[in-house]
Amino acid sequence: MVVPVVAADTALRRDGDTSAGGRSASLSWRRIRAWRGIVLGLTGIFFLLPLYAALRFALENNLGHLTLAAFSAIPHTTGFIPAFLLSVRLAAVTMAITMALIVPTTIYVHVKYPKLLVAFDAITFLPVGIPPIVLIIGVLQSAPFVLKSTPYLLALEYVILAMPFAYRSLDAGLRAIELKTLVDASRSLGGSWLATLWRVIVPNLRSAFLSAMILTLALVFGEFTMASLDLYTTLPVWVVNTDSITAHVSVAVSFLSLALTWVLLLALSSVDRRRFARRALIVEGT
Amino acid sequence: MTEMLRVSMSTHRADVTPGTPDRSVRQGASVELLDLHRHFGATRALDGMSLVIEPGELVSLLGPSGCGKTTALRVLAGFDVPDSGKVLVDGRDIGRVPSQDRDMGMVFQSYSLFPNMDARDNVAFGLRMRGVKKGERRRRAAELLEMVGLIKEARKYPHQLSGGQQQRVALARALAIEPRVLLLDEPLSALDAKVRVQLREQIRALQTRLQTTTVFVTHDQEEALSISDRVCVMRSGRIEQVDVPSLLYARPATPFVAEFVGTMNRIPARATSSGVVVLGRQVPVRGSFRVALGSTVDVLVRPEELTISAVGVGTGVVMGKTFFGAVTRLAVLLDGAVTVQVDKSTADAASIDPGAAVELGVLATEVMVAEPEGERWTR
Ligand SMILES: Nc1ncnc2c1ncn2[C@@H]1O[C@H](COP(=O)(O)OP(=O)(O)OP(=O)(O)O)[C@@H](O)[C@H]1O
Ligand SMILES: [Mg+2]
Repeated sequence: MVVPVVAADTALRRDGDTSAGGRSASLSWRRIRAWRGIVLGLTGIFFLLPLYAALRFALENNLGHLTLAAFSAIPHTTGFIPAFLLSVRLAAVTMAITMALIVPTTIYVHVKYPKLLVAFDAITFLPVGIPPIVLIIGVLQSAPFVLKSTPYLLALEYVILAMPFAYRSLDAGLRAIELKTLVDASRSLGGSWLATLWRVIVPNLRSAFLSAMILTLALVFGEFTMASLDLYTTLPVWVVNTDSITAHVSVAVSFLSLALTWVLLLALSSVDRRRFARRALIVEGT
Repeated sequence: MTEMLRVSMSTHRADVTPGTPDRSVRQGASVELLDLHRHFGATRALDGMSLVIEPGELVSLLGPSGCGKTTALRVLAGFDVPDSGKVLVDGRDIGRVPSQDRDMGMVFQSYSLFPNMDARDNVAFGLRMRGVKKGERRRRAAELLEMVGLIKEARKYPHQLSGGQQQRVALARALAIEPRVLLLDEPLSALDAKVRVQLREQIRALQTRLQTTTVFVTHDQEEALSISDRVCVMRSGRIEQVDVPSLLYARPATPFVAEFVGTMNRIPARATSSGVVVLGRQVPVRGSFRVALGSTVDVLVRPEELTISAVGVGTGVVMGKTFFGAVTRLAVLLDGAVTVQVDKSTADAASIDPGAAVELGVLATEVMVAEPEGERWTR
């Protein structure tokens, strides 16, 4: 995601700094920079053009004049508030279940059965490959009866969908700290398992948590297939439905939800970047 | 018990001269390891290890990589469970006591400070886990940081400390809980040579003063010999010898110990009925060995147990000279085949230059026969 790009970036820059004296080195450095510019530019166009188009569309009225009407109409458009609130509730429940299930499991496996990590990598990847309809039927078959007629059924499905992302974020976070040593240190100092988890492990996983949360949030706010198959009007379903009535408003909402996720991810990567800077400091310091 | 801890804690003052035992401090616990076995598949990390450590003693576990030192320490700390065997502390079997209740302070090989806490909170962590009030534990943490000379760094986070400082904080953190036993797993191996020597002396001084029973794991023989009351040489999960440093050097129990501790030469010799003939002299053999009469074996001779004299035509040629201060070490190529190290006083060595032909002699009153390369003798 964002992190490797940052890492590669700093690595390249270091390289460039140390070889700045050499002529051929600086030449190849310039070439790398040019290539990087081209690649970044193309990628930017690929991703930003549709966004620009959406924004443009949302900001124009039928006569082609610029106006904020579509945005200000959002709260008054039929069905928006309930759909939005439903998505918010689903996101909250999904995140709660995800955290309650995935966090202890991932930490436990890391501490106690690190050999199983390979298997876990594979298992947690399954939801990506399984078609949504299969997941839905699976969840329907095994969900508790009381949930079957409530939208929270969707939350269960989202937990499964979010698992690969949540697990991977946490997994990366756990690999980045000296988990075993920290746990042993805490234990030898008299820390119970709970105290170790709460005071030692969790505080050092803050950015991993954050990224798991935001990815889950983004997923809930973007998922369409399952919600529409289950016949619940979540925000994405509403956007699609409303598209045929007031296309400008629907696009405005999509744009806003995308922008929100984007801002969150950006905030996250800046947290990560700060951590990176700290790591670099350690390396140079020792 | 807690009262005692309090009392001894108050003596953690920086103005006490380090190095002298502090009489008011509680004596450390005794530790007994009884026939410990720990196997990982086919690897016998511990293969019948038994060791008795006296209260207040500092014992080093010394041995090559993979010989089971860390495993022994982890079993002692309760992080790992032995397949069989017992661990007794003050005579009580602690096999079923979980690690958090063992009161053993541990310093790890890798940096193990909690990254989310500053130095003071790291040191205070164990006290916090014991329910000590905030003001009290901060005061005590400050005392300990003072003791390791880091009071100015109290509010720094681990990433703002140097490697040596981090290990000193880790030491303070382990000592803060007034451990019954202090476990140090190669705490200095990540540090540079100079810091290592300073820190090991600091550890020894603190340990002597606090009289904490300490197990110090290292694969650096110089480190082990210089700070330990006794050194326990390990090999493939077993103990080869436990002895005070001087005896370990002077009277190694096995050829392995002889070669592992200090510098040792292997010199070819011929087996006879009453010993070996080495460098033209008949010398008795210490310990048992089984080889055919007249066959060639390698015997172990220390550099200072050899004589050297410059001659017109000799069996050895001086290949190099290393100045160690009062002593100079000469590298001699013997019979064009083996290189032997010989220590001479620098004054005596002055007349012998590289390229000179020399004759070597043995001073040792008895020698050990080396194990053939890559083989292990049953004892
Ligand atoms: N958890 C484990 N699983 C499998 N094998 C292990 C495990 N822990 C240790 N071993 C094996 O047991 C043997 C002893 O390991 P140990 O860590 O005690 O060695 P050591 O003496 O501390 O070595 P070093 O000086 O390199 O730290 C090694 O061969 C090691 O590979
Ligand atoms: Mg080890």
